[in-house]
Amino acid sequence: MAMVETVSRGRAKLDGFRAMRGGLVLAVVVLGALIPQMTQNQYYLGVAFQAEMLMCLALGLNIVVGYAGMLDLGFAAFFAIGAYTTGILSTKEHWSILASIAPGVVIAVVCALIIGFPTLRLRSDYLAVVTLGFGEIIQTIAINLNQTGGPTGIYAIPALTLGSVVVTSNTGYYYVFFVLVIVFALFSTRLRGSRLGRAWLCIREDEDAAKAMGINTNHYKLYAYVFGAVLGSITGSLYAPALTAISPASFGFSESLLIVMAVAIGGLGSIWGVMFGAAVVEIFPEVFRSFAQARLLVFGVLLVILMVVRPRGLFPERAFQGMATRVRRRLGRAAVGPGPSAGHVVLTVPTEES
Amino acid sequence: MTAVLETEHLSLQFGGVNALSDLSIQIEAGSLHAIIGPNGAGKTSFFNCLTGYYKPTSGAVRFRGSEVTGLDAAKVAGLGIRRTFQNIRVFPKMSVLENVLAGGHLRATANLFSITVASPGFRRNERQLRSEAMSSLEFVGLADQWNNLAGDLPYGMRKRMELARVLIADPVVVLLDEPAAGVSSVEREELSRVIQRIHAQGTCVIMIEHDVDLVMEIATEVTVLDNGRIIASGLPQDVRNNPDVIRAYMGRKRK
Ligand SMILES: Nc1ncnc2c1ncn2[C@@H]1O[C@H](COP(=O)(O)OP(=O)(O)OP(=O)(O)O)[C@@H](O)[C@H]1O
Ligand SMILES: [Mg+2]
Repeated sequence: MAMVETVSRGRAKLDGFRAMRGGLVLAVVVLGALIPQMTQNQYYLGVAFQAEMLMCLALGLNIVVGYAGMLDLGFAAFFAIGAYTTGILSTKEHWSILASIAPGVVIAVVCALIIGFPTLRLRSDYLAVVTLGFGEIIQTIAINLNQTGGPTGIYAIPALTLGSVVVTSNTGYYYVFFVLVIVFALFSTRLRGSRLGRAWLCIREDEDAAKAMGINTNHYKLYAYVFGAVLGSITGSLYAPALTAISPASFGFSESLLIVMAVAIGGLGSIWGVMFGAAVVEIFPEVFRSFAQARLLVFGVLLVILMVVRPRGLFPERAFQGMATRVRRRLGRAAVGPGPSAGHVVLTVPTEES
Repeated sequence: MTAVLETEHLSLQFGGVNALSDLSIQIEAGSLHAIIGPNGAGKTSFFNCLTGYYKPTSGAVRFRGSEVTGLDAAKVAGLGIRRTFQNIRVFPKMSVLENVLAGGHLRATANLFSITVASPGFRRNERQLRSEAMSSLEFVGLADQWNNLAGDLPYGMRKRMELARVLIADPVVVLLDEPAAGVSSVEREELSRVIQRIHAQGTCVIMIEHDVDLVMEIATEVTVLDNGRIIASGLPQDVRNNPDVIRAYMGRKRK
């Protein structure tokens, strides 16, 4: 009775919240889909496409760092595995791009298991070192192997074909990655709302307490790492035909760091935040090209300021709810914490109040 | 009388320190068994041995007749032995509801495929869990807090949320490490009622508690630890009048 009332009251607020969020999602998707119609400038399209690619990688890493709370400093390795598998299979063995995604994923998963199994039981700082090493190893292999084309890499990678459509233009790849971002974001959302997502967050928040929930923490950490690897590898497989050439330089530590930055700037664990972070990381240095060499310095300084002011990123998960609580706190209405029926949603959806 | 949980000659050493020495306890099914003793007596260490957080140096832990000594903490939780922590451990950046859902982790059954496509089976399972989580929250009187971040709850409410998180798992044995420590007298009454209700449902409760009045009021059995040893055990009123206990525990604890 009392409970049912509370729940249904909560539901009403949540429904309003959901409707608003749904509208927002639709608006963003439509806007994103229209970008290539708004400009023919190949440079802009190139940047936009790069931003989408970074979003895909950031969504993958978000599962590892954002959800499970494990610092992975070698994520570009999985990106490289996908790109090189596709590059090699499509140029030397004449596989279609789509068909080459699967073997890339398999190799990425095997590597993730080999690296993850012994190291994921370690504390996070050890993990950072091991994954960093893994990233370096993959890059070194790419530089030194004949099959991977050595330092020059692989070129003349054929275009992606989808049925009878051959994707060759920047616009085409923009849409391919546009769909990929949506698929990854949806997948992440589904995971987050399931026992997997909850288990990962528990591990991130308090690993020992997670065990008391019956969560096999070692298994779930490995799952997170493997899911990240899969998304990274798929992104790489589609990146290869988009650029038509790949070289080891694109898969180094700086790329890994860029992905970590995208996740950290946007907000660990928040899907919107992570995508926004990726856009910022990709676009900001381009916008400030006029600063020439200083632009990275400016970027670095802003990054430090951001991490001091908003340590959990620009848009952390439940950012709005958290804000509502803080506002109420500041107003002094919740001296002993949130009062009864302190539905945060009330503040974000004022129309629902009446 | 059947013991649901028992230890046999359980010992635990940290370097040279004997945290637990030769502890043999039988916890009867359906009992509300209080563990009391002065600070550093080894009460929490005992819980940690029962729940897989510490591996005993020697001795055995048996649950429903089968040995669970040295099992991983997650496995022990999976058997239906659930606990709370002395220094409350909530998942602060998750909502209250999600904290409780996490307690029902092993009852979420969907596989990766049905999660990805949000299959009807997955949705049904999640709906079911949610309603059970709400019932657990209602049980501890926190239903109206379901959408708040756990980290935003005041201390007493966190303690109750930890209880809800235990209850959703439908546990066989519940271990509570100082459930009433540091809470106001109003909250203490509330917690005491909740614990009694859990016990009344037939769940076995083992409770570490410094509040002797609370123990005397609700426990069916009391074991007193001092320096990692059992110095007395039995009915609350017998233990209360035991001279060893008065010397070792009450004498020091209660001014
Ligand atoms: N992880 C550990 N490493 C070393 N010593 C430990 C550890 N855990 C417990 N001890 C020691 O074991 C003894 C018992 O500690 P324990 O925490 O079990 O006591 P307690 O009865 O729960 O005390 P309190 O009433 O203060 O909670 C203490 O001497 C403590 O210092
Ligand atoms: Mg203790």
